[in-house]
Amino acid sequence: MEQQTWVWVMVGITFTLYIGIAIWSRASSTKEFYVAGEGVSPIANGMATAADWMSAASFISMAGIISFAGYDGSVYLMGWTGGYVLLALLLAPYLRKFGKFTVPDFIGDRYYSNTARAVAVFCALIVSFTYIAGQMRGVGLVFSRYLSVDINTGVFIGMAIVLFYAVLGGMKGITYTQVAQYCVLIFAFLVPAIFISMIMTGVAIPQIGMGSQGADGVYLLEKLDGLHRELGFHLYTSGSKSKLDVFLITAALMLGTAGLPHVIVRFFTVKKVRDARKSAGWALLFIAILYTTAPAIALFARTNLIQTVSNQPYETLPEWFSNWESTGLLSYNDKNGDGLVQYVADPKINELIIDKDIIVMANPEIANLPNWVIGLMAAGALAAALSTAAGLLLVISSSVSHDLLKKMIKPDISEKGELIAARTASVFAVILAGYFGINPPDFVAATVALAFGLAAASFFPAIVMGIFSKRMNKEGVISGMVVGISLMLFYMMKFKLGFFGGGTSEKWWFGVSPEGFGTLAMCANIVVALVVSYRTDPPPENVQLMIDEIRKP
Amino acid sequence: MNNYWKTNLKYLSILLSVWFIVSFGFGILFVDFMNQFQIGGFKLGFWFAQQGSIYVFVVLIFMYVFLMNRLDDKNPN
Repeated sequence: MEQQTWVWVMVGITFTLYIGIAIWSRASSTKEFYVAGEGVSPIANGMATAADWMSAASFISMAGIISFAGYDGSVYLMGWTGGYVLLALLLAPYLRKFGKFTVPDFIGDRYYSNTARAVAVFCALIVSFTYIAGQMRGVGLVFSRYLSVDINTGVFIGMAIVLFYAVLGGMKGITYTQVAQYCVLIFAFLVPAIFISMIMTGVAIPQIGMGSQGADGVYLLEKLDGLHRELGFHLYTSGSKSKLDVFLITAALMLGTAGLPHVIVRFFTVKKVRDARKSAGWALLFIAILYTTAPAIALFARTNLIQTVSNQPYETLPEWFSNWESTGLLSYNDKNGDGLVQYVADPKINELIIDKDIIVMANPEIANLPNWVIGLMAAGALAAALSTAAGLLLVISSSVSHDLLKKMIKPDISEKGELIAARTASVFAVILAGYFGINPPDFVAATVALAFGLAAASFFPAIVMGIFSKRMNKEGVISGMVVGISLMLFYMMKFKLGFFGGGTSEKWWFGVSPEGFGTLAMCANIVVALVVSYRTDPPPENVQLMIDEIRKP
Repeated sequence: MNNYWKTNLKYLSILLSVWFIVSFGFGILFVDFMNQFQIGGFKLGFWFAQQGSIYVFVVLIFMYVFLMNRLDDKNPN
């Protein structure tokens, strides 16, 4: 069968599966809608968390980013996995023990204040919207690249599917579709990786293949370092960023991961506190399978690419080169007119420009894999984008229907009324997300990574202090969150979007990039919260008792 | 402060120290020192940054699960 046919077949089969699951797992109560009735097994929840977590960016772009950044790409690998240790040890079990539906629920009750709740809702909405717009755009891109439909049509198809199972099934529907989506995406990621590892090193496990010798007996990493030195790039195994910045970016990603509402809320869905800990372990294991394979793909693809194109005559390059040239992801400009491809670090003589997304997407073709693998890749990329979008959607709809409506505006709303409100809110959220997917504001691409900084600067310290400090009161936490998120928003707007006079990287405070600034904003949050809380009254008796209760097994 | 909570805090401080050392320590702050050593084709610091730290993270969570389950069983509530 042809490549295009395979893509339709694979996408068709997986989409039918998701819809089938959605019909089977309709939600009939608010408890089912928000937290899947608290009846999800730890392993299923682990898979769902992994799918929720790994977005189109993890699936398509991450290996490519590492491929070009080498050691510097490690910030994403450590940052996006290390956060789960914090989540499992510092947050998930206690929040499960607390046993409500949302993150603002915890903040509002623990800090006995609707102002704190409102600030938390505001932070949750900002974080989730910056994130979801990128996902819908991702769905559109996957459709357009693999199925050659218009990006906007792709966004519409994606919206329709997500709308169907998120609105119908709520958290219950989302959870079980995410389990299926995890299986699809991990299979699609591993198959080409294993093939390529076999071809390049003869070892079937990419994680080991990465540290093995190629056919010529030279270790791949050494060979690539050698190639990089020749072509003037910085060494693949060492970095070009400052140590401080690498440290702070990694920390911001970790703290942000542990503070993302759509990840935290997944731990409300299991039966017991024990299960919350266990399912964080499973989640990280399932994530680690992809995250330890990605750097191997990055290395294989980089070596392969340089060897295939560097100083080769343009005329004799393999077919995939011209295929991807026509999509605009590769471009070649023969500056010195010698007919050879000069791929070097110096931009004045470099003749080849490569989009990072090509590393994963063109992999099957570069390694000459059969057409069904390409169909599988398309289905995997869609699974990654849809599962993340659905999880975020639920946070947005529950923030509106539960935290705003039920807890603050109309506490006497009936169970049925709240369920209708939750469904209506998710319809509006999908439409809004779709709108941003079709008309992406310029800041989307720049800010998705910064959603982590925002979460780190607001939620993470508020929740951790709420559990580990009995002295922390509402005055402290509200001022902390406001200072943290404002600082982060200010820094991000100034240095990423050019507001407030903008500024170049020389103007960064202490030389810290906006991506790493979340760590500093979090420190500011903590300091402000501590100072303010010790100058105001301690929390009331009943709240202190509640904290004791959360800490018990 | 009761014993259950104290023991929990002790576990947390030990496990989080390991978490910090493998990622921020071996993978970032002391990466140049670690890179003098080699396992297979990997420089050790590079391996910790791109592979090793992730494996250790997974082990840490499951160790915490094991320790806390044991502690929960000793403190029926």
